[in-house]
Amino acid sequence: MRDEITEDLLTLKDVNTSFKIDGEYYRAIDAINLHVKSNEVLAIVGESGCGKSTLATTIMGLHDPKNTHISGEIIFAGTDLLQLNEKQYNQIRGAKIGMIFQDPLSALNPLQKIGSQIEEVLLYHTTLTAQQRQQRVIELLEQVDINDPKRIANQFPHQLSGGMRQRIIIAIAIACKPDLIIADEPTTALDVTIQAQILDLLRTIQQENQAGIILITHDLGVVAEEADRVAVMYAGQIVELATVQQLFNNPKHPYTRSLLRSMPQKDSFNDELYVIDGMVPSLQKLPTVGDRFAQRIPWVSADKHEVNPTLHQVAPEHFVRCTCYQNFSFPDIKRGA
Amino acid sequence: MWKTILRRLLIMIPEIIILSVLVFILAKAMPGDPFTGSINPKADASQIHHLMRVNGLYDPWYQQYWNWIVHLFHGDLGTSYEYQEPVTTLIAQRGMNTFWLALFTMILTYVIGLPLGIYAGSHEGKLPDTLVRVYTYITMSIPFFVVLVVGVWIFGYTLNWFPTSGSIASNANGLGSTILSRLQHIILPGLLGALFGTVNIVQYLRSEVIDAKSSDYVKTARSKGVSTKNIYQHHIFRNSLLPIAAFAGYSITGLLGGSIFTEMVFSYPGMGLLFLNAINYRDYTVITSLVLLYGFLNLLGTLLSDIILSIVDPRIRVE
Repeated sequence: MRDEITEDLLTLKDVNTSFKIDGEYYRAIDAINLHVKSNEVLAIVGESGCGKSTLATTIMGLHDPKNTHISGEIIFAGTDLLQLNEKQYNQIRGAKIGMIFQDPLSALNPLQKIGSQIEEVLLYHTTLTAQQRQQRVIELLEQVDINDPKRIANQFPHQLSGGMRQRIIIAIAIACKPDLIIADEPTTALDVTIQAQILDLLRTIQQENQAGIILITHDLGVVAEEADRVAVMYAGQIVELATVQQLFNNPKHPYTRSLLRSMPQKDSFNDELYVIDGMVPSLQKLPTVGDRFAQRIPWVSADKHEVNPTLHQVAPEHFVRCTCYQNFSFPDIKRGA
Repeated sequence: MWKTILRRLLIMIPEIIILSVLVFILAKAMPGDPFTGSINPKADASQIHHLMRVNGLYDPWYQQYWNWIVHLFHGDLGTSYEYQEPVTTLIAQRGMNTFWLALFTMILTYVIGLPLGIYAGSHEGKLPDTLVRVYTYITMSIPFFVVLVVGVWIFGYTLNWFPTSGSIASNANGLGSTILSRLQHIILPGLLGALFGTVNIVQYLRSEVIDAKSSDYVKTARSKGVSTKNIYQHHIFRNSLLPIAAFAGYSITGLLGGSIFTEMVFSYPGMGLLFLNAINYRDYTVITSLVLLYGFLNLLGTLLSDIILSIVDPRIRVE
């Protein structure tokens, strides 16, 4: 489907991120091991509150060190990002790693013209002259399919539509041709037709630049379309990691299977949708032992879960947390009412 | 933009007319008259009636109003009953005094408030922020007239550093000594006014800076690799100044109304004191003229605020 996938671009080893709440630290992401290769799209899926965005901002180093504690290693192109000081990190952010945010309106400075917001990246990471930078801004706007780029460069964010703003965010993210692009729910704030356009654009850019992409989303349709590999996250942990074919054809973990089952099917309009009971536990209420998903599948008896669930390899490139998947089945009761 | 400003100014005309009618009726509705207190107490009541009749104060209100308006259009606001001087002359003198004090106070207010607010906001939760907050709580909780009285007592009477009344020394002549004397008279009231009036600016700015720090566009800027210093300079400061800009217009015109407390405690002959005395002496011509002027200044302040805001915030356009 895509060009040959090369060596690891980004490797996360046992990454934990803890936030300080009322004086105590709570783990928002827990022992994450992941790798992303150049030219591949890794999707991270999960409900709201699973730690997807926290993972992204951890890689970008956007957390306030005063109330965040991060441990582990984040190896990007040979260097451990967690060992870098602010200045060294700033040379990588924007230049080597670009980030696309969820809400394109609030992600742009309301008082600055589009052109200068794109130019800012070039200003700090390139040696281009002012004139060359402006030239490059126009090129970038053309690259993200903006008509009349000269006029748009002189406008303010509020004058553009949602889709156009997201294109601007993408232009900022790719301005320095980064090796890695982190897209945090890039299409959530957009309507469906625009979503498809933005995803097309991301794919085109990824292929042009041979960049690796971490695509954070809760839309399994997007995952099936765009991703090469998928990490399913629940309550700060990876519960299943697989290629996209493995995940959709042979999902293992009860959470993955619940997610897939709660997707509407196009030829079963009359069936009621499956609903996962309850919600993701808050950071302070995470169970300390046992499968974190266990409380939402109460019909699976406790002895089916591991005490300290670990990732088990079930196939090449396919990992599942906890052994409970081996004899998991959905209860035969009608849900909803 | 210019078209809009012109249109806004035109809209102000009917507003001012309505205001003038209200002001006139309300002033006339006050009990008492301008003469009882100022003539020989042994005088016959008929003499007061005579004065009232001669001055047209027994005419129906609409007739009095009409006379007043006609004179107003000729630049004649009438003569003060109390001071026996044209109201325009009075307002010009007092207005000038108030203007210098207001200008001085306002500059000091911003000079003190802007850095404090920004500093507190950018050091949120640390010692300097706590100190600034303690300062704002103290200044907010002490009534301003107490501050003034204590200030005059300590720095005026006890230490004798500043004059305690008036706007200029009577023996000041020549440009140099005039300016110096004026400055001497406004330093203490101006400084106290600024130190205790800057709370709004400090608190607004502090919370705006804190909000801006955690905003998404600052996150974007950080993900671009922009340094903290540049993020403050290019993103946080300007966005934080928006609400300050929004009430800058009001505060400019508001200060021109004069502060009654300050002017009373310092016996500073400005607009505030003039207004207070005019009410006490039922000096109708002065009251109506001043209220009308304040109304006009308020409308002007609104317009000014809108114009300033439309300059600094591209999302707001005056149309």
